[in-house]
Amino acid sequence: MNIHEYQGKQILREYGVAVPNGIVAFSPEEAVKAAKELDTGVYVVKAQIHAGGRGKAGGVKIAKTVDEVREYAKELLGKVLVTHQTGPEGKEVKRLYIEEGSDILKEYYISLVVDRATDRVVLMGSEEGGMDIEEVAEETPEKIFKEVVDPVVGLTGFQARRMAFNMNIPAKLVNKAAKLFLGIYEAFISKDASILEINPLVVTGDDQVVALDAKFNFDANALYRHADIVELRDFDEEDPKEIEASKFDLSYVSLDGNIGCMVNGAGLAMSTMDTINFYGGKPANFLDVGGGATAEKVTEAFKIILSDSNVKGIFVNIFGGIMKCDIIAEGVIQATKQLGLEVPLVVRLEGTNVDAGKKLLNESGLNITSADSMADGAQKIVELVG
Amino acid sequence: MGIYVNKDTKVLVQGITGSTALFHTKQMIEYGTKIVAGVTPGKGGTEVEGVPVFNTVEEAVKATGANVSVIYVPAPFAADAILEATDAELDMAICITEHIPVLDMVKVVRYMEGKKTRLVGPNCPGVITADECKIGIMPGYIHKKGHVGVVSRSGTLTYEAVHQLSEAGVGQTTAVGIGGDPVNGTNFIDVLKEFNEDPETLAVVMIGEIGGTAEEEAAEWVKANMKKPVTGFIGGQTAPPGKRMGHAGAIISGGKGTAAEKIKAMEAAGIKVAETPSVIGETMISVLKEKGLYEQCKTH
Repeated sequence: MNIHEYQGKQILREYGVAVPNGIVAFSPEEAVKAAKELDTGVYVVKAQIHAGGRGKAGGVKIAKTVDEVREYAKELLGKVLVTHQTGPEGKEVKRLYIEEGSDILKEYYISLVVDRATDRVVLMGSEEGGMDIEEVAEETPEKIFKEVVDPVVGLTGFQARRMAFNMNIPAKLVNKAAKLFLGIYEAFISKDASILEINPLVVTGDDQVVALDAKFNFDANALYRHADIVELRDFDEEDPKEIEASKFDLSYVSLDGNIGCMVNGAGLAMSTMDTINFYGGKPANFLDVGGGATAEKVTEAFKIILSDSNVKGIFVNIFGGIMKCDIIAEGVIQATKQLGLEVPLVVRLEGTNVDAGKKLLNESGLNITSADSMADGAQKIVELVG
Repeated sequence: MGIYVNKDTKVLVQGITGSTALFHTKQMIEYGTKIVAGVTPGKGGTEVEGVPVFNTVEEAVKATGANVSVIYVPAPFAADAILEATDAELDMAICITEHIPVLDMVKVVRYMEGKKTRLVGPNCPGVITADECKIGIMPGYIHKKGHVGVVSRSGTLTYEAVHQLSEAGVGQTTAVGIGGDPVNGTNFIDVLKEFNEDPETLAVVMIGEIGGTAEEEAAEWVKANMKKPVTGFIGGQTAPPGKRMGHAGAIISGGKGTAAEKIKAMEAAGIKVAETPSVIGETMISVLKEKGLYEQCKTH
């Protein structure tokens, strides 16, 4: 789960990390009020969307006066920002963060990630701040430093200092930087984050080390123990069908095709998409109904597909293991009873309780084309959709 | 034969009284797996499906000699269940549970360093040696005894691969689902090493998916060490970058972890990669024929 920059900075503040003063605003009036309250020489008006690359896309403006803050707020609110992370459709700006300007001497990069190669949390830093870190990694890998954290002791003081020295933070500020690194590590662990990226981290003219940005991503599997983080969720940033699916713990991703897919297991769901593409079709979604789903959950999953007006045909591809085929059949029948079925439906069932599942579907009276394999099913649905 | 588990494996079910665990305990027993004990704290002294239930793993091991545990405990408590299995010095802990917080797994993997217990999973279908021992949630009927090993990050794709092989008359030794989480226990290389040493296994199917670099590392290992033919498949070839595809680990981020990179690395290591998931079986059979192993691998 992602949150906005201003929310991330509030979390960092709680862990003693230096961030500039700022106030969130939902309208030009609120932006003006925020600027008056901050009462500083330079204001930064920052669009709040769940995507990086805002600066390049014109989503960050420097204002010298309160009037300029008002103008920029009017310009940005309601504007659709297209960055390299939003996709071509972009994201509409609905919130702004009004922040006091910082006297930046130099920009750095610091982040924490769960690293699959070491099975540990890794602190990653570079003196090449403000840039796309993937470019830095590509062109000057020697400028990226890593500290692998042992979970028994957490990030240690010496590791934090070593990172600061490696990043060429001025010697007199190394302790301040190290303290900040320890603070972001505490925040990361305490809140079950999976990514925390601060780009840029800056050294200022008045000798402070400050986090100028904060990009958090939280582990969806750990949200059950972080009610405070769940509250920060911004539904405006998410696809409505994905929100609906998440209410029922379904793993759903909207895509731009017209063949609805319901599959069990992430690997099979991805492969089903691949196979539909291979036969010249375009999937409308990725949907993994998961393991121990109930008939109710399957019903809701199928309803989400049925209610998508882009869907011109549906392919159900199930290889039951922990998921039972009869549960799937029940869900499909329930959902079509409630919403009707006006598009072609191809079903392939295999695995646990396959005979019971096939029997239920055969006796349902639904107009179902059955398939013997994933390839057979994909070919049939692509043909039927035309 | 096969690897990791066989007809002599004594299995303990952690969380045995939950509904999913109960259903699959029945299925495992029907398959012929020796289920010797169950553990549910507070239910010690009772019995389900003819299996004695204990309060702790330690007690269960003492009383029954169980050497492998399968874990169906709900996600908030599953990490602790793995630690308990490790503390009891079991040979293996196979964790079926999905949605375990990743930082819990970071601690678990650290705790298990240097300890005796091998972890498979979490978020995996389990391990099955055909006709001998089924541990996990995979449908038993699709497996046929034979000479092809299967290792996979995805549960349902493992079934798909096994099913295709069996339908074509090519049986398997052992199928190992290593799970789709970013931080887990046993990896591709661990399993490939075992298959390489197992006299019954003559070839291996390796199924990966987008995200991470485990497939690339495994391909390097195969190139340098594998004595047996390997074929493969990568799921998620058409997945859009930045979207997490169900598995916590299945995401293309920062241009890394794409199917194209993985396929390239695998092909460079001499691994023949199936173009679509529907030809995983066919691809293996064509390689077996090429290497003159087909007759030996065909189930008679």
